[in-house]
Amino acid sequence: MSVALNEVRSYPAKPGDVYLFGTCVLDLFDPDAGVSAASLLENSNISVHYPQDQTCCGQPAYTSGFPDAARQVAARQLHLFAENWPIVVPSGSCAGMMRHHWPRLFEDDPALGPLAASIAARVFELTEFLLHVVKATWPQTGANERVVLHTSCTARREMGTHLSARALLAQIPNVELVLQDHETECCGFGGAFSVKHPEISAAMASDKIEAIEATGAATMISADGGCLLNLNGTLEKRGSTLRGQHIASYLWQHAKDAA
Amino acid sequence: MNRPANPPMPINFHANVRRVVANPVLRASFRGAMDFLTAKRATQFPDANAFETLRAQGEQIRQYALSRLPDLLEQLETNLTRNGIQVHWAQTPDEACRLIIDIASRAGGGLVVKGKSMVSEEIELNHALEAAGISALESDMGEYIVQLAGEKPSHIIMPAIHKTKEEIARLFADKVPGVEYTNSVDELIQIGRRVLRDKFRDTRVGLSGVNVAVAETGTLCLVENEGNGRMCTTVPDVHIAITGIEKVVEKLEHVPPLMTLLTRSATGQAITTYFNWISSPRRDGEMDGPKEVHLVLLDNGRSTAYADERLRATLQCIRCGACMNHCPVYARVGGHAYGTTYPGPIGKIVSPHMLGLEATRDLVTASSLCGACGEVCPVKIPIPDLLLQLRQQSQGHSKAPQLPGAGSGHKTLQSIAYRLFAGLYSRPALYRIFGLLATRLRAFSPNQQGAWTRSRVPLRPAGHSLHERMKSRNGAKVK
Amino acid sequence: MTPPSVARERILSRLRAAPQIVMTAPAVLTSPAEQSPETMLEQFRRGIEAFHAEVIDARERTWPIVLAEICATKRIATLMLPPVGMVNLQPWLDGPRLSRFDRPIETLKTELFDATNASLTIADGAIADTGTLIQSDPQRMPRTLSLVPPIHICLLDVRHLYPSLQSAVAATRWAEAMPSNLIFITGPSKTADIQQTMAYGAHGPRELVVLLTEDL
Repeated sequence: MSVALNEVRSYPAKPGDVYLFGTCVLDLFDPDAGVSAASLLENSNISVHYPQDQTCCGQPAYTSGFPDAARQVAARQLHLFAENWPIVVPSGSCAGMMRHHWPRLFEDDPALGPLAASIAARVFELTEFLLHVVKATWPQTGANERVVLHTSCTARREMGTHLSARALLAQIPNVELVLQDHETECCGFGGAFSVKHPEISAAMASDKIEAIEATGAATMISADGGCLLNLNGTLEKRGSTLRGQHIASYLWQHAKDAA
Repeated sequence: MNRPANPPMPINFHANVRRVVANPVLRASFRGAMDFLTAKRATQFPDANAFETLRAQGEQIRQYALSRLPDLLEQLETNLTRNGIQVHWAQTPDEACRLIIDIASRAGGGLVVKGKSMVSEEIELNHALEAAGISALESDMGEYIVQLAGEKPSHIIMPAIHKTKEEIARLFADKVPGVEYTNSVDELIQIGRRVLRDKFRDTRVGLSGVNVAVAETGTLCLVENEGNGRMCTTVPDVHIAITGIEKVVEKLEHVPPLMTLLTRSATGQAITTYFNWISSPRRDGEMDGPKEVHLVLLDNGRSTAYADERLRATLQCIRCGACMNHCPVYARVGGHAYGTTYPGPIGKIVSPHMLGLEATRDLVTASSLCGACGEVCPVKIPIPDLLLQLRQQSQGHSKAPQLPGAGSGHKTLQSIAYRLFAGLYSRPALYRIFGLLATRLRAFSPNQQGAWTRSRVPLRPAGHSLHERMKSRNGAKVK
Repeated sequence: MTPPSVARERILSRLRAAPQIVMTAPAVLTSPAEQSPETMLEQFRRGIEAFHAEVIDARERTWPIVLAEICATKRIATLMLPPVGMVNLQPWLDGPRLSRFDRPIETLKTELFDATNASLTIADGAIADTGTLIQSDPQRMPRTLSLVPPIHICLLDVRHLYPSLQSAVAATRWAEAMPSNLIFITGPSKTADIQQTMAYGAHGPRELVVLLTEDL
């Protein structure tokens, strides 16, 4: 592995341009979050480049034991980031795939191996980028509200970015961030796991939802589209009115409200 | 011999899971136990940096020992033999059972009293002994309870973790002669103590596992709280120890760091009540101790894992159980659902080399890869990465040396699905058309989406994809 | 079944055929810095008390007097001592019946298991950071003496403390001549196997009393 998990990362100065890698989940299921991520970056005077040829990081195949399929998909993404700009990804899990697993996927490939490694070094998850590179801040807006954050396992254990999401929310003066019971535990998504082992996945999701609901927070935030698909799909099926929102959408809403 | 062979058919994990997740009592038992063990462990590692330093040391000691495994095993054998401990080698569970039956028979033991040993569970020793006319009695309280109930351990450290106090009280009242129902834990333990004390006193053969074997000195190190391990290894005439070939370290000075990682990770204790380091049978001038000590070294697939440089890391394990204590899947399904001797995350990565990938094919997929196991492992086994390796082997997509049953997870439909995925997602133009269709036809998204919609509403694409929206916009600024 | 020697050869040859990974030996592991005897004693005491042992400082008085008080308080009727020459103790008025572990266990089992309330042993030292007693010579202290009777009373010379297990391994040089059985004891026997509820006296002693002394 070329990059240590959860390493203490040194961050560059704020750049003029970034690439946005929107992820396949946001592309089809939550494009608002992707647009909000772009808006947040642009609002800090960063030009956002969204390569139209991007599709997916290849993770679904990779975690299911199909490395060739994953490589085929990932290889098509490697040529999309020709300029030496940071690549911002509004998902801990896809960012983890690109940062930690792409170099490994191409380690035996003399041409793509070094390219994958150089790209990996430029991959940032959105919240760490906003916190450490953009150094974004939010003024006081609106009424006080209780917010509960669900952090994805990859954000926590592969990228170390669960803290940056928390720190960003803590910066918003009128937000009271509350922690749910068993906060560190997985929501049960896990890609193909959710359909290969539906009973276990559903048990995990329902425990997670009960813990979140028990906080009494009116708003649930996550920085990962996959977790949100799972949790929102379960919430709606249960007839709950609570819905999780992508952190990009939430933050952009605050930025607009403040203006 | 009338003992079951390795499972010839895949373990019916799904059916086992359905039984447990529907049982609120069982799920509450597991959740309570997991929370208890997780909280206790956390008190032992208050400083994340200190924990990292310690576990890096643990990892290094184990990796170094494995790097020299054949040499260290020979050194261990030489030194144990010099010390008067007899060493036996077994490739399979069957060979190990026969060796133990032979030793016990020669000692005239109609009964073997057992300390806790997961390797003895792995070889299904109790069945084999009984088939040979020898009774086996578990003496660890948890193991005793499980044996009395005719069950198997559901956790490698706390075997009876799935049982409530009331269930155990009922079990004792039903199965132990002359016992009235009591749900006082103290009284229940004293009942167990009384029954087993007579057996320790009178039995001629004791059996135990080994936590670490030391090559340079020829020493078997055991860790325990109850004292039954010391009883089994000290009072009977003959002590038989059994362990996997991976449990050896080079030097005595390598033991303390591993022991402290083990006890803190397992039960959140800085140390257990007893550390018992055995280097020889009773010597001249000593008044007690066994007259014979035997060590059975078991392979059972470990050398196959060893042949694969990545899977070799599975052999670093010191069997603390922290991975299962922190596993969200284990917390939901419990130990029995896995159908293997070793449950939880570690079970998912060691069972394939013991039982083959076909029998365990549903285990390697039964993880969301959340990484909690790898995060707490005291010897830094990269469990999620190894699950990825095993998934590749299960699909027949690995270049590494193959475990038995490689490729057995292959399903044509699944293969086609990932081929389609690769075909679509590696063709950007095609993918954009797909995105356009999926969003425009969102109203026609199926309401039944297989397993997904059992507990969730169907996935329904947005009206316009992110690709479209990014194409049609100019940078937004908040003024 | 393959003969045992064949099993051995096959296992070793499979291991030798595997890819070789060359690693350097782990660095010599560091022990905590030297600590003052008082600090170590305090640490030992806190450590073993946390594991439910009772610690009595007998340094101001002679330990047999303290022992007699313990026997009276705990109503100990029979006390087993290590073999002759290991500890000098004479019966006292109203004291327990004294016996000695002076013959092989085979002829002593009934008395040891069924007719002894308590045992007296001497530790060869102790480990400060975990609060652990060391018994390192089964010839002087039979293994089962610290295990079978329900109450275990252990004399500890406070001058024989090591900061940690690691430092004890280094200082004693056990590796050069291993005792047949090296026992580390931290508290009385216990179990939490029933619904995580701690119970003492699982199979070994229910009580452990440590007498601190400088007089052995």
